[in-house]
This record gives sequence, structure tokens and C-alpha cells, in this order.
Amino acid sequence: MRSAGRRWHYLLFRWALMLLLLAVAVGLGYALLSLPQQAVGLSEQVSANMATSGVQNPVTAVLLNFRGYDTLLEMAVLLVALLGVWSLGSAEVHRKIDPEPVLSLLVGGLAPMMILMAGYLLWAGTNTPGGAFQAGSVLAAAGILLLLSSKRFPVRLMGWPLRVVLLLGLGTFAAVGMTLLFVSGGFLQYPSSLAGAFILFIEAAATLSIGVTLAALFLGGRPQAGPYR
Amino acid sequence: MSAVLLYALTGAGLFTLGLYALIIHAHLLRKILAINVMGSGVFLILVALGGRTAGAVPDVVPHAMVITGIVVAVSATALALALVLRVQAATGRAELPEEPLE
Repeated sequence: MRSAGRRWHYLLFRWALMLLLLAVAVGLGYALLSLPQQAVGLSEQVSANMATSGVQNPVTAVLLNFRGYDTLLEMAVLLVALLGVWSLGSAEVHRKIDPEPVLSLLVGGLAPMMILMAGYLLWAGTNTPGGAFQAGSVLAAAGILLLLSSKRFPVRLMGWPLRVVLLLGLGTFAAVGMTLLFVSGGFLQYPSSLAGAFILFIEAAATLSIGVTLAALFLGGRPQAGPYR
Repeated sequence: MSAVLLYALTGAGLFTLGLYALIIHAHLLRKILAINVMGSGVFLILVALGGRTAGAVPDVVPHAMVITGIVVAVSATALALALVLRVQAATGRAELPEEPLE
């Protein structure tokens, strides 16, 4: 039972909140409306430096070359999030569920195609939309489908091999960056003739790590070989 | 009204809606969803404002930022969901410990 006073308080709170948020919305709208209609931003710098970036897709050039530092730290964020999830508890890799035959058949056919598609997206990222994150997400989706259909992952791969793959992306990125620091004098400053090769190498490692990290996040805990074998 | 402004204002609206839901709901899953709606609003604004260039090619730097942001948002959501599961396991409910007002 609720007293009339509490109810009144609640209504007052709700209306005050709505007014406050209306003010926020109006302020945001005003800020957006007062922006200049046309802005060049950084697009001219990007297109001026595309020739030295080693790739043809400007988004990939920004992510892996011009602002490679952001992407490096982003890989670290992914890893930290996974460490947080793992520190909260463990999860069984194999849950005892009986996948329906349709799901089982579908996953059996889809998973190889998705892995192939991840490879294509990674390769296509150099000159068309695509890249490590898109490829990694497709890879993660394949992994999640496999987990849902209780396809069995070899238990011995859940120990250090899993950790190596998780660290591969960040490790490769940082190692390449440090090597270039000593060779060419700047962190992640690729020599422009080899930039394409460096970017593809980092992206390949990052794709694997992103895919496995996202699938591991889906598990919701440190993988543990359950009683179900 | 240009398409850029329409998208940007929609993004601002999504952000505000998400903020309202974040404050008003006690259930933690709803709060996580609300934060994701707010994030989508921010991404929409960023992508829209990247399209203000004169030519057909948009400014790619905000677009690259949004790709980075999506990945960070996904991993933060995963961590938040794991935390909610722990809260539920510890307290038996996935809500903030306050009297429901409804």
C-alpha cells in the first residue's frame, strides 16, 4: 500500500525529470542546428595522404594507419573487458543441450561459410568496406553458433592455446609498433612501401583475436570443461 | 531540413530517450539496454556529421571512430551483463535495491 504523499512525490519526480530531459534535448538540438552546414573535417588530410597509407579504403587507412593508436588501445579494451568477465566466474563450455537436427545441420553448413566470409572481409578491407572488425564479428558469430549448437570444442584447446589467440591481436599490434619505433623512429609509423603488408599482417592477427574474444565474451565466464564431454 | 540534420536530430532524440529510460528503470537489464540506445544515438550523430562534406565522399574519420565505438560498446555491454548475472546470483534479483515506486 502506498500513501498519497509518496505517489505525489513520484509524479512530481517524473514530471521534473521529463522537463529536465526536454531541456537536454532542446540543448542538443540547438547545438546540432547551430553547427555549420558544411564542414570539411579531416577528409582533405585523409585523401591527401591516401597514397602513403598502403590501402585504398579510407576507413581502413584511418583505423590502421593514421589513427592506429586508437585501434591498438581498442584491442586492449576488448581484452580488459574479457578479463573482467573472466574474473567474475567460470562458465561451462559444453552445456548439455540437444540441438535440434535443423540447427545442427544449418550450423554444420554455415560455420565453414562464415569462416570463409571472414577471410574475404579481411582481404576486401584494403580497398572496399570491410576489415578486421567486420571479419572478427563474423568469426565471432560462427563461434557463437557453434557454442549454441553444442558442437564440441576440444577441451585441451581451452587452456593456453585460447589465451595465445586472445593475445595475438594486441601482441602483434604492439610488437609491430615497437619494432617500427626502433627501425623508422616512430611508433606505428609504417614505411609507405610496406604499409599495406604491415596492415594486412596486423589485421589478420586482430581478426582472429576479435572473433575469439567476442565469442568468449558470449560464454559469460572463464571457460571450464564441464561434466559433459 | 537536410538529411544530415534529420539523422543528427534523430540521434539526439535517441540519446535523450535512452537517458530517460536509464534514470527511470530500476531493472539493470533495462539500464543496459538504455545505455545502448544512448550509444546508438551518439553513433548516429557522429556518422551524420561526417556527411557534411561538399562532395559525395563523407569524412571518414568519424566513421572509423564509430567502428571503434561499436566494438567498445559491445565489450562494455558484455561486461555489464556478466556483472548483472553476478548481482542476480548474489542478491537474488537483478534490480537496484530500492523500493519499487510503481
